[in-house]
Amino acid sequence: MRPVSHVVGRGLPLPRADVDTDQIIPSSYLKRVDSSGYGEALFAAWRRDPGFVMNDPRYRGATILVAGANFGCGSSREHAVWALRDAGFKAVVSSRFADIFRQNCVRNGVVPVALQTRDLERLLRAVAEEPRVSISIDVAARTLLAPGLEATFELEDHARRQLVEGLDEIGLTLAHAAAIEGHERSRAAWLPRVSGAA
Amino acid sequence: MALTLSQKVWERHVIARDDGRDLLYVDLHLIHEVTSPQAFDGLRAAGRGVRRPDLTLATADHNVATGGDTADPVSRRQVDALTQNCAEHGVRLFPYGSAGQGIVHVIAPQMGLTQPGMTVVCGDSHTSTHGAFGAIAFGIGTSEVEHVLATQTLWQARPRTLAVEVDGTLPADASAKDLALAIVAALGPGGGAGHVAEYRGAAVRALSMEERMTVCNMSIEAGSRAGLIAPDDVTYAYLERRAHAPKGPAWTQALEEWRSLPTDADAAFARVTRVDATRVRPTVTWGTNPAQSIPIDGRVPEPAAFTDEREREAALRALAYQDLRPGTAARDIPVDVVFIGSCTNGRLEDLRAAAQVARGRRKHERVRVLVVPGSMAVRAEAEREGLDRVFRDAGFEWRTAGCSMCLGMNPDILEPGQRCASTSNRNFEGRQGPGGRTHLVSPAVAAATAVLGHFATPADLA
Repeated sequence: MRPVSHVVGRGLPLPRADVDTDQIIPSSYLKRVDSSGYGEALFAAWRRDPGFVMNDPRYRGATILVAGANFGCGSSREHAVWALRDAGFKAVVSSRFADIFRQNCVRNGVVPVALQTRDLERLLRAVAEEPRVSISIDVAARTLLAPGLEATFELEDHARRQLVEGLDEIGLTLAHAAAIEGHERSRAAWLPRVSGAA
Repeated sequence: MALTLSQKVWERHVIARDDGRDLLYVDLHLIHEVTSPQAFDGLRAAGRGVRRPDLTLATADHNVATGGDTADPVSRRQVDALTQNCAEHGVRLFPYGSAGQGIVHVIAPQMGLTQPGMTVVCGDSHTSTHGAFGAIAFGIGTSEVEHVLATQTLWQARPRTLAVEVDGTLPADASAKDLALAIVAALGPGGGAGHVAEYRGAAVRALSMEERMTVCNMSIEAGSRAGLIAPDDVTYAYLERRAHAPKGPAWTQALEEWRSLPTDADAAFARVTRVDATRVRPTVTWGTNPAQSIPIDGRVPEPAAFTDEREREAALRALAYQDLRPGTAARDIPVDVVFIGSCTNGRLEDLRAAAQVARGRRKHERVRVLVVPGSMAVRAEAEREGLDRVFRDAGFEWRTAGCSMCLGMNPDILEPGQRCASTSNRNFEGRQGPGGRTHLVSPAVAAATAVLGHFATPADLA
């Protein structure tokens, strides 16, 4: 994963709460075995509406999605983050993310920025009024800057480190091999194995 | 120190701590065709293998056809990839067409693979189903699937604890599904985020294992990281003699361990939410998230009734998408399709509940009714009881196992504009097919609705 310490770009306002992963990428696009090329599927159903904000030429080239609370709720599909990433989004700003979606973001170098509700509302208004507003996100400092807004945001320490250092998480875990083996030796013998019984 | 059930299970699986996260050992990893191919590709690219194929179980459920249709080439390639990946890494697979195949969250409990005190993960958000056994079970993304395949572990921030206290007794005409919808409504669509919910109280204790699975299944619809129920004699009776349950002296040892799991009397939860079971009614969702529900006796709400501006906007959008007028009685809403199945309500008791209503009756002529058992084993058991005949005689379609019309990625989809009474778990826009409209209900309500052609309870048929 490529390290990401700063994201600077323009925002795409989506002032709706509870945007679920079925909207971010409908399930019909989940049949493929590839891990890239999902950009076209992003908000596929909503994009058919000419009035949808992604079809507004003033927002072309936006790299920061600014959305309502509880963004990414629903399914565990990592395809939702792949779709955002492949469509050019480097960060998603909301006041609250669904747990699995947020973890999927971090593991793909997409920055989940959880602002206070008040700050999010101001940013949504600013981006809706002026599409060319530049937003600057400092991952290490956990700050978001936009004209008239200087906000700090929530991001767990480990998530920040993972983003900034672009860690190979599996490599990190394999350094704990001895502890894993120790746990395996201490597991109760009656715990089920998939193989064996009918 | 006094601990809750989830804290005990969590602590018994922590291998290491780092930077505010715990490295958890995974006792059972379930995989399916949709969220695993990229994980296996990642393993191959890094020259890694599957650490514990003996703790990994695979099945094809999401994109498979349940009516004998030919799968499209893209879906077939995904199922083929699962078959090849499992063969290459020695992972046990129940392929499409085999007697063991079914929805991943239906087959593992049936086999006795899900047991109290375990950690269970799967690249599917409804993994919380397994929490019914007092296991910590949650959905993960594909990167995490790869991590578990390679290491049998997962880094997780410790969740906060949430008690959902369900006091009183469920009315006779209310089901576990109605209770699940009531809990989601009480918490809201994101209210459980960051928390593991423990469902407690007299009404929960009175539920069967299959009903407990229905309640835990919908934990994610309130955003909860997982949901679980303390194991008790109901749990042990369900497990005993299942294929993978401990036998003989091992059973006694396991019981001793399981009996140490329930939340200590003096343990404190970070949050407590109360739900009054006596007020749970047969329920239907009207909107586009599972928290937007009303009793079948109720009416579609007026958006003006929502004081929160965002909730009001969401209600307006949902009503427009669902093509519903505020004030309409639920019983005045006609449906085109009824879907009975899914990891929420595709088990034997669910089919019995639907069959009891359908017995000796015919579906409404306009309505298409699909009954999709959650697994081929459920299908076989139902056929032994003659339920397939009841459904066929009622004009319902009796199909093979799979996720089917729950999620719109196999041939079982709604046509644009069609309205469906569905026993599944999500009513998101387009969930059952582009432009389709979903209303979540229990199996009994689904069957009554199939007969009358509009939302109804079994009592309406008397």
